[in-house]
Amino acid sequence: MTTTSTQANGSGNTSAPIQERDRVTVRFAGDSGDGMQLAGNRFADATAVFGNDFSTLPDFPAEIRAPAGSLAGVSSFQISFSKHQIFTPGDEPDTLVAMNPAALKSHLSALTKGGLLVVNEDAFTSGNLKKANYPSNPLSDGSLDGFRIIKAPITTAAVAAVDDLGLSNQNAERTKNFFALGLVYWLYDRDLQPTLDWIEDRFGRLPNIAEANRRALFAGHAYGETTEIADAHVRVPPAVLNPGEYRTITGNQALVLGLITAAHLTDLELFYGSYPITPASDVLVELAALREFGVRTFQAEDEISAVGTAIGAAYGGALGVTGTSGPGIALKSEAINLAVMTELPLIVLDVQRSGPSTGMPTKTEQTDLLQVMFGRNGESPLCVLAAKSPGDCFYMVLEAVRLAYQFVTPVVLLSDTYLANTAEPWPVPDLSQLSPIDVPYRRLVNTSPEDYQPYERDPDTLARMFVPPGQPGLQHRIGGLEKSDISGDVAYSPENHQRMTDLRAEKIQRIANFIPEVEIDGPESGDLLVLSWGSTYGAVFTAVNDAREAGHEVAHAHLQYLNPFPRNLGDVVSRYKKVLVPEANTGQLRMLVRANFLVDAKGYNEVTGQPLSARLLTEAIKQLADE
Amino acid sequence: MVLQTPPLEPVESIIPLADEDLTRKDYASDVDTRWCPGCGDYSILAQMQRGLSNLNVAPEKMVFVSGIGCSSRFPYYMNTYGMHSIHGRAPTIASGLKLSRPDLMVFVITGDGDALSIGGNHLLHVLRRNVDVKIFLFNNRIYGLTKGQYSPTSELGKVTKSSPVGTTERPLNPLSVALASEATFVARSFDTDPQHLTATIERAARHHGAAFVEILQNCNIFNDRAFADYTDRNVRDERLLYLEHGQPMLFGENKNKGLAVSATGLRVVDAGGPDAGLILTHDATRPAPDVHQLLARCAYPEMPVPMGVIRQVTTPTYGDYLDSQIEVQKFKNRHDVTQLLRGRSTWQVE
Repeated sequence: MTTTSTQANGSGNTSAPIQERDRVTVRFAGDSGDGMQLAGNRFADATAVFGNDFSTLPDFPAEIRAPAGSLAGVSSFQISFSKHQIFTPGDEPDTLVAMNPAALKSHLSALTKGGLLVVNEDAFTSGNLKKANYPSNPLSDGSLDGFRIIKAPITTAAVAAVDDLGLSNQNAERTKNFFALGLVYWLYDRDLQPTLDWIEDRFGRLPNIAEANRRALFAGHAYGETTEIADAHVRVPPAVLNPGEYRTITGNQALVLGLITAAHLTDLELFYGSYPITPASDVLVELAALREFGVRTFQAEDEISAVGTAIGAAYGGALGVTGTSGPGIALKSEAINLAVMTELPLIVLDVQRSGPSTGMPTKTEQTDLLQVMFGRNGESPLCVLAAKSPGDCFYMVLEAVRLAYQFVTPVVLLSDTYLANTAEPWPVPDLSQLSPIDVPYRRLVNTSPEDYQPYERDPDTLARMFVPPGQPGLQHRIGGLEKSDISGDVAYSPENHQRMTDLRAEKIQRIANFIPEVEIDGPESGDLLVLSWGSTYGAVFTAVNDAREAGHEVAHAHLQYLNPFPRNLGDVVSRYKKVLVPEANTGQLRMLVRANFLVDAKGYNEVTGQPLSARLLTEAIKQLADE
Repeated sequence: MVLQTPPLEPVESIIPLADEDLTRKDYASDVDTRWCPGCGDYSILAQMQRGLSNLNVAPEKMVFVSGIGCSSRFPYYMNTYGMHSIHGRAPTIASGLKLSRPDLMVFVITGDGDALSIGGNHLLHVLRRNVDVKIFLFNNRIYGLTKGQYSPTSELGKVTKSSPVGTTERPLNPLSVALASEATFVARSFDTDPQHLTATIERAARHHGAAFVEILQNCNIFNDRAFADYTDRNVRDERLLYLEHGQPMLFGENKNKGLAVSATGLRVVDAGGPDAGLILTHDATRPAPDVHQLLARCAYPEMPVPMGVIRQVTTPTYGDYLDSQIEVQKFKNRHDVTQLLRGRSTWQVE
């Protein structure tokens, strides 16, 4: 560590006046090769250590490397951090870091009026301006009037800082994200140490690269300190969070931890059959690295094989899980139906993305609800759950596994791109406080052949007597053909098919007796209920509170259980004059609510590939409340 | 009949054995068989039950997984565990089952449409991965359950209900497909030679790794006598080549003919003639599937049709690799769930 660095390291040791703010939202935007996701993640780490509450929103193109400098290649990372608890990554950034003209062009419209713009002026060459379709240079043509601008020579300054390390030009220029990060650290009074530790951990084996990144970081920080930047040095005091041990977590990480924990709580072997698909691939990748937990990951030849192997594993008595996104669900539908007919405890993770078809693989949407509810032939009920935040993905996996085994049924857990990639502080769960998950088939170990009928049912749950192969005397055959009630033999009789259809539906409905009622935040009855599900929780919670602050009386209920609905939901929706259902689709939950409860629910719907905007939703709530 | 085979692992190391001596009937379920009278499937079912009773496999440790089609009804008739799954996907279910339950013996029953058409992808991959499942493909070169459409093994030009003036596509050779996937066990037998079929089933069952067995099976309703030109009793000796590991490739009445390598493949030579010394000795254990592939391509009427174990090589299975990875990683790394939940770094909020 150099002398300058020691001075720069440590927060708030500068004489410049610091303004205090409750909440700030920063967006890093650059070329997909500029390391914006890395910079954003380091900033999130430093923010976590500092003690703010925060939420992040990575947004990147599906192309691994679009042409450098092009609009298609822009990658961004937004982080919102606050002294209060927050539930969204923020609608509009207060600060935009634009590493090139394409990034500026793509993201300027989001920046708050009067917001702070940090641009890498080195990248505003005529070639790059042309690639971004700028007829003239926005840094000099007055089009950025109305924003506060820091024009920093980020590339040249970074290269100068690493000048004597003997790096190639390319490697020297690559450190520019650390320069930008150092500058933003100064702006928001972050400690450099977590990032220095990370650099050591990540690049320790490449001392030259590690040193270059350190130097660029210090240089950026020093640039902020020594340059006259008026009104830009801001401090957001630490948030008051519940005491305890915290870590950062993304939705996909939480799915992984949830599966490992569920395997532990059930004492089952975890089998994860999957085919790489954005945005679910991380789950496969991270589980594959956990062989020491006995995890059997299977990268299948296709989506169908992925679910087939998971069904085989579940049938064999392992915790059989498959994970995918919407296009994969479409391919898996026939096999999921086999699990419905054979009544096996299969777990299906659906990390939803924008559709239809290939759609926008890296963008978010809540558009698979009706697909997982109804996208199979025949009357095919199964259990559907949805996580409401990154950390909630962990707990909903445990719920999915609990219900799958208790009811011997496939369970679909819905997450989405936003939850998958967004990071938040998360209280580390205490394993000893989590309830064990019961595996009923273990109680059938000593069943005698005379007492065994594969489709005999538990009187409370209607779960069938599922027994994995291996038990002497209980040999039986299951399959996709209609089953005779109790015996499970193949059956074609009209009465039996009616009865089995009813039983399969009733079994799923009875899950409602074993899940929590939906809670109401706000008045228990009245004028307006906002009813949401899945990843929109944060935005809806925020919008409802903003509407209340503006004087409206609004209730909010959020669903994590979509099929069956909580048993009090019909009653709840009938107690309000108006029901508003905000969704990142064209009204899928609204359709179910209207169909189930004959309520004239209204929709607030955005299908943009981005998380719901809390600000626009607030306006919609106010408007409906005023009607 | 005992086939000459490469050295075998002891039976108990491969097969979960029953405690008491079982007979054929112990492997038959009480479900009425529902194939057409005269169907070749009856013989295959009987030989399967016979072969398993010869080996004395524990029925509760066996799972038959099938897809869709006439052959896929098979599991219902076996007194074992079983799943009659969905079209073409049996290899996937069998793979997940075997990998999470190495103690079970998993068989896949499939047909030419199920395995080579809708399930073609899965067949390639289960074989290349060498998952320890035994696949029996009943090839009748027709779609029977849907009443007579052509299949991916139907001959070019074949007239069927869905090809009233003949098909316009060339068939797949199941053995070539299996060998191209570098399956570790590839064999062929047929429904009307019970002894050979039983022995082949036993051989497949005793293979450690993915086994692929094509069984020529007559559909007397929609494609009768599809294989009769070379499987009828009176022509078998002349037109079939019964392969035995370590034995010369001889056929014909009195074994008067043999197979030798030609410039373009294999050729028939007179076992009493000047080229007798060139007659090949069958080596099922040859790692490269080259000669095996030449054998697979031998077809009537130009060449004798090979029967028996074409290939059997020993190599670790997918499950062997997976289980050893788990063992090694458990030894090398901590596996404490609490620690995993904490992740790489945490901070304390007071």
